Amino acid sequence: MGALGFGFVFGLTARTVGHYSTIEAMAMSAIAFAGAAQFAVVGYVASGFSWPVIVLLTGLLNMRHFLYSTALAPWFRGRPVRERAVAAHLLTDESFALSIAHFRRLGRFDGFGYWYAAVVTTLIPWNIATFAGVSIGDAIVDPKRLGIDVIFPAAMIGLAVGIVSGRRELVAAIAGAAVAVGVSLAASPTVGIIAGGLVGPAVGLAVPATPRAGGPATLEDGMA
Amino acid sequence: MTTDLVPLAVLMFLVTYPSRAIGLLAPGIERLPKRAMEYLQLVGPAVLTALAAVSIMVSTSGEHPAFTVGLPWVSVGACLALVAWRKNLFLGLAAAVAIAIAGRAAGLS
Repeated sequence: MGALGFGFVFGLTARTVGHYSTIEAMAMSAIAFAGAAQFAVVGYVASGFSWPVIVLLTGLLNMRHFLYSTALAPWFRGRPVRERAVAAHLLTDESFALSIAHFRRLGRFDGFGYWYAAVVTTLIPWNIATFAGVSIGDAIVDPKRLGIDVIFPAAMIGLAVGIVSGRRELVAAIAGAAVAVGVSLAASPTVGIIAGGLVGPAVGLAVPATPRAGGPATLEDGMA
Repeated sequence: MTTDLVPLAVLMFLVTYPSRAIGLLAPGIERLPKRAMEYLQLVGPAVLTALAAVSIMVSTSGEHPAFTVGLPWVSVGACLALVAWRKNLFLGLAAAVAIAIAGRAAGLS
């Protein structure tokens, strides 16, 4: 549902704001497959940013994927290199949130769970919805009236709720949001999001972990 | 139909893929110190809330980013509450969209 909503809104935005062709929008969703960065790039393109600047900002915004992939690495231990290489391309905010919550729930890696989260619930609906959005973008005068613009932040916060399992995660989430907004206002949203993602966890670490009955206290404990 | 932005999509892939792959492909990355692993566990919640908060609280329509308060706060807040209560993201998203539609029909922004 989230990927359908985002993909549709991206397609609409790409057509109506960035004046992308259908091929260009689909190339973004299939090749870059970069969620929030795709939205940001529509704005950059519309604002006339140079490509080197756009690529740099995309790299910065997507640095968080390093942290996602590192967090998932213990669960992928022992899996074939080819599988991990393909899995990496499909690693998004949504597939990370869904899969890590699934692995934690099971206490082990589940290949079907990852591919289901990455392909069935994210890649396919994202691309189908992008096509739908860009195809009918010209016909929708005001996406805001349909509430489409709130789907992205609502899904992000909903996914965050799904992986907050203790006070540390809660503090990191709140601190991340606060830092992101503060830095965004002082600098730019791109820098703000990265700052929130880096500083929030550091603040969370300052809080004692919630004791858990019958389960691992940390990812490392769970994999030991 | 133009294809001018297709190379840009490829460049975006080239700067995004390494950050996605290095953790999964670099040998021994999972043997990071315990403190580092604890930090990484907290990255997901922090980044996701950062994306959501900036999306609804920071307006970029002017010359400089500006703090903004509006109907999306209510929509996203309702989604947060419903997902926390019912553990159902679909329900939360549906409520967020419904509130936005109703609010805008009533003239709110």
